Amino acid sequence: MLKKRLIPILLLKNGLLVRSELFKIHQIIGNPIYEVKRFNEWNVDELIYLDISKNDEYDLRRDDHKVQGLTDSVSILDEVSRTCFMPLTWGGKICTVEQMQQVISRGADKITINTSAVENPKLITQAANLLGSQAIVVSIDVFRDESGEMEVYINGGSQPTGLKPENWAKEVQERGAGEILLNSINRDGTGMGYDLELINIVASNTKIPIIACGGVGRYEHYAEGIKAGASAVAAANIWHFKELSDRGGKRALSKAGIEVRV
Amino acid sequence: MNHIKIAIIDYEMGNLRSVANAFDAIGYGASIVQNPNDLSQFSHIVLPGVGAFGDGMKNLRSSGWIDVLEREIIEKRKPFLGICLGMQLLATMGTEHGLYEGLNWISGTVKKIESNDPQIRVPHVGWNDVLFLKKSGLYKDLENSQAFYFVHSYVFDVKDKSSVVSGLTSHGIEFISSIEKDNIYATQFHPEKSQKIGLKVLENFIKSTVKTNA
Repeated sequence: MLKKRLIPILLLKNGLLVRSELFKIHQIIGNPIYEVKRFNEWNVDELIYLDISKNDEYDLRRDDHKVQGLTDSVSILDEVSRTCFMPLTWGGKICTVEQMQQVISRGADKITINTSAVENPKLITQAANLLGSQAIVVSIDVFRDESGEMEVYINGGSQPTGLKPENWAKEVQERGAGEILLNSINRDGTGMGYDLELINIVASNTKIPIIACGGVGRYEHYAEGIKAGASAVAAANIWHFKELSDRGGKRALSKAGIEVRV
Repeated sequence: MNHIKIAIIDYEMGNLRSVANAFDAIGYGASIVQNPNDLSQFSHIVLPGVGAFGDGMKNLRSSGWIDVLEREIIEKRKPFLGICLGMQLLATMGTEHGLYEGLNWISGTVKKIESNDPQIRVPHVGWNDVLFLKKSGLYKDLENSQAFYFVHSYVFDVKDKSSVVSGLTSHGIEFISSIEKDNIYATQFHPEKSQKIGLKVLENFIKSTVKTNA
């Protein structure tokens, strides 16, 4: 039987690993390559990298990371794919199929697009035709206003689109997306748990796998996401601030009766 | 071990670097080969690939790979490993975005995973169990079943299952997750992405086939 996946998300900003809160506050927490090696040793299911830099300047001034000369974000992939034999998804600022091919040729298995998919929905189909649907993850960031109304936002959670998450999810599936990475802006970095209603409404309107993200503060939150309809549960912050966070997460899922890879 | 030279066929379908890196990690250098004329120098041939069936065949054909692969693998019987699309292309026919002829080394058709169960999502992405039916080749020294990483929407429905199927997996339907026929090995899952257990399968591919070197 297909296992439910537990996925760390690494957020990169200007070449450094950061933690994020409400899509606004980004605190530097370390070196991306060192962290990946740790995950590899833990035998994690899969890894997602999101480059959330606002410009193309990369700051590797820190001297504790032992990696020199990373001049652009994608070169991190070269390093990672040399030592890590697990599935890698790369996202951030991808706007063309040429960029997707470049990312894949350097060791990624899947790419994820967000803003560029909304701005140019045909890109999803072009990408799926070229690389296969299984390589195309459309990332959807959702914000709830004060009345609880849900809306898809782009450009790092700064720009409303007028799209309802379930409608946009159905559209990206029809256009050829292979998976959806579903994130709640309101829950980002809060530790309150996933937005279960959001996961449920998107999962029940689609047939492709949903990766839930945003809000995990305790390992018990993972199982809630799976029960709401997600095929995989992802988180960022909890992976950096707890010891043995893979084993702890898997154990909690297993305890809740969910089949995972151990 | 000097006589082991691994070729990874570059036909512009997907992530070849990861496959090369995985062979490096287990101590066998692998070369990404772009020119079919170079293939005769190699002892082991790997056909990876992600993407659509029709594009895969078109690329193999237009770069002149098909005759060379048949000479090296079918005639000279060099050990061959197909991964994911590289397994599916061995079929008689593919049905992804239209009907396409495959290499037809193993009779059968490549079909989409279909299920009415809302729990069964397609693409089939993630870690799933492979039940081993043959323990001699790729799965030597492994337990009877292990989880590997899959990412695909289509499966190879082999015509004569009894002789060639080495692994089975279920996702709504039961499908063939690996095959073994003489010097031809293939996996629907990605050993290069299946952590330590995947590296072990790649190592078994090399070790179990050394004697049959052409």
